Amino acid sequence: MERISISQALIKALEFEGVEVMFGHPGGAILPAYDPLYDSKIRHVLARHEQGAGHMAEGYAQATGRVGVCIATSGPGATNLVTSLANAYMDSIPILAITGQVPTTAIGNDAFQEAHTWGITMPTTKHNYLVTDAAEIPDVIHEAFHLASTGRPGPVLVDLPKDILNTEVVWHDPTGIVDLPGYKPTTTGHPLQVKSAIELIQQSQRPVLYAGGGIIASGAHAELLTFAERANLPVVTTLMARGAFPDTHALHLGMPGMHGFYSAITAMQKSDLLIAIGARFDDRVTGDPSHFATGAKIIHVDIDPAEIGKIRKADVPIVGDARTVLRQLDERLAKVLGTGTAPTRTEWMETLSGWKSAHPISSYEQEPGGLLKPQYVIEELFKTTGGDAIVVAGVGQHQMWAAQLWKYTKPRTWINSGGAGTMGFAVPAAIGAKMGMPDENVWAIDGDGCFQMTMQEMICASTEGIPVKVLIINNHNLGMVRQWQRIFYNERFSASELTDHTPDYVKLAEAMGCAGFRAETAEEVAPVLEKANSINDRPVIVEARVDPDEMVFPMVPAGGSNDIVILSKDDLS
Amino acid sequence: MSNLHLITVLVEDKPGVLARVATMFARRGFNIHSLAVGPAEELELSRMTIVVDAPDVEQVIKQLQKLINTLKVVELSGTDAIEREVMLIRVNADTEQRSSVLDAAAVFKAKPVDVGATTITFEVVGDPQKLADFLELMRPYGVVSLVKSGRIALAREPKARNLRAIG
Repeated sequence: MERISISQALIKALEFEGVEVMFGHPGGAILPAYDPLYDSKIRHVLARHEQGAGHMAEGYAQATGRVGVCIATSGPGATNLVTSLANAYMDSIPILAITGQVPTTAIGNDAFQEAHTWGITMPTTKHNYLVTDAAEIPDVIHEAFHLASTGRPGPVLVDLPKDILNTEVVWHDPTGIVDLPGYKPTTTGHPLQVKSAIELIQQSQRPVLYAGGGIIASGAHAELLTFAERANLPVVTTLMARGAFPDTHALHLGMPGMHGFYSAITAMQKSDLLIAIGARFDDRVTGDPSHFATGAKIIHVDIDPAEIGKIRKADVPIVGDARTVLRQLDERLAKVLGTGTAPTRTEWMETLSGWKSAHPISSYEQEPGGLLKPQYVIEELFKTTGGDAIVVAGVGQHQMWAAQLWKYTKPRTWINSGGAGTMGFAVPAAIGAKMGMPDENVWAIDGDGCFQMTMQEMICASTEGIPVKVLIINNHNLGMVRQWQRIFYNERFSASELTDHTPDYVKLAEAMGCAGFRAETAEEVAPVLEKANSINDRPVIVEARVDPDEMVFPMVPAGGSNDIVILSKDDLS
Repeated sequence: MSNLHLITVLVEDKPGVLARVATMFARRGFNIHSLAVGPAEELELSRMTIVVDAPDVEQVIKQLQKLINTLKVVELSGTDAIEREVMLIRVNADTEQRSSVLDAAAVFKAKPVDVGATTITFEVVGDPQKLADFLELMRPYGVVSLVKSGRIALAREPKARNLRAIG
């Protein structure tokens, strides 16, 4: 039997899992693994910072639904991955992180580039491993993929000491069967609970289907559409679920939450039944939970039992995979309805469409010759792409506008950092998304504050030949911080202003090997975006210099009741 | 009102499992009141007995079950569980007090395990209430030092089969 090094076994194990690309940054402890990578068919993308490598893996996973892989060295290499892992854990993104570690004989001795990676990442991963027995490698990698991609997806980390990487083993293919006695996710909903759910839905006068990121994770968008139409249920899609249900559909009420649509927020608030599927009653959705949808009964479908009852008690809890349970619900409903149809709930439906038309999301005015409005820029990007793009956002005002104003009709076309709120996510995540979906037009919509956190990855994009496009909504401020300071801190703009003309983003783009454009007036926007859309041989950076005083509305202040929605600047006084 | 709940957790006996449990408790803001860990009936398994201070024990149980190395989590209320704890307690007992201390200890079947010039150390085994009662009894003499093993517990067999309930 041929003996190979653990490093070779690692790469072989990744190839066995069908890995096409990994994002990483080499260093001392992980060097043994980089040697066989040199001969492997797996493409390695050299990130300029390990956090970038992690977000690239996340963007790849979110765009494709496959496990994203990132790799880093020990010590600072691994600690730089922690933000990405925390982000993936919050948003249930399947990624595998491989880290080098100092030799087993040096662990605990404060060796060069030693960090307690396993301990540090324990609360930010679904599971993690410190491999001390070389023979385990093929099975550990197989197990890690299984854990990352099944049940509630999430990040898994494998920490590999350097001496283990240099050990020789006899390769064996993983058996394909993962036996973890403590890990058996329930995927099928309990039939009696499904029955009770349909009874509640049929009785409800004011139902709302509250669709979360779990719909996208389980690939349940088609099932959601079928069920919502059969049951005649209005749908809201959370920040993590944009694209899970078409924005253009008559039953869609928009995004709920702190900066959600009035119709979505208020429909949930006034409903008598919330059907939450793959959603977790996040504080950005509920506001003060004790004032959230107080008259509503709750049907809660989630693959993670710990989410059910964590924030809000469920009247009908259903543990299961969103796609499977939606099929079950639809089958049951079809049986109950027979040749009939679902209740029309005319009064409720009329109320909802009244709210929708009375309070549309777009409340800005782009005056000719006036300061450029950020919302206008995003709407122009939608028009010039025909909406046919994967949109990746950072965190802040630009993210909320991108979530509100784009019309999402397909899953996995909206990628952002939801739960963790990780500034700097957009650029590397867009690179990962483009690697996974090379034929798609991938646009990062970013803020200038976010962009400056991870902009060095544009060098990665240009040198690796990954033609992503970035639209920087440059208000030369940390916009959302500024908005909060304006509303809650008496306009004391403490440390939220970024410099007006530095950096010069066009020169910066060129210096990093990208095409660079700037738009300062409304008239310049569309031509510049069209030019950007026509470039496919290198990355593009478009800077839009916008009004720094524009604010995101609607807004429900943090911790407030969703009964009080601030619709515009005029409501603030 | 007390939010103490008694939980037993069957886990894989792997390096770091205790750290995983402790990290999860810290991360979720649950307080560990008492914790005892040891090998269970099968090789490669450990059983933890945890007394947790948390308002929502259901969430504690679900988060424990979510850990990959956790096999089974059971909440044991006081009535259906056999609970034991060991306490070593050293009390002042000079020649004047010695016989009085020993008499009091005898009532509780506390076993003297070490006798010094001015102190006696007792080993007491029992349920938490017995230990608490014994501690109260010893306080007037002066408690020099004290250590507890942490509570351990097993569910009782269902009543019908529990023909010789003597525990």
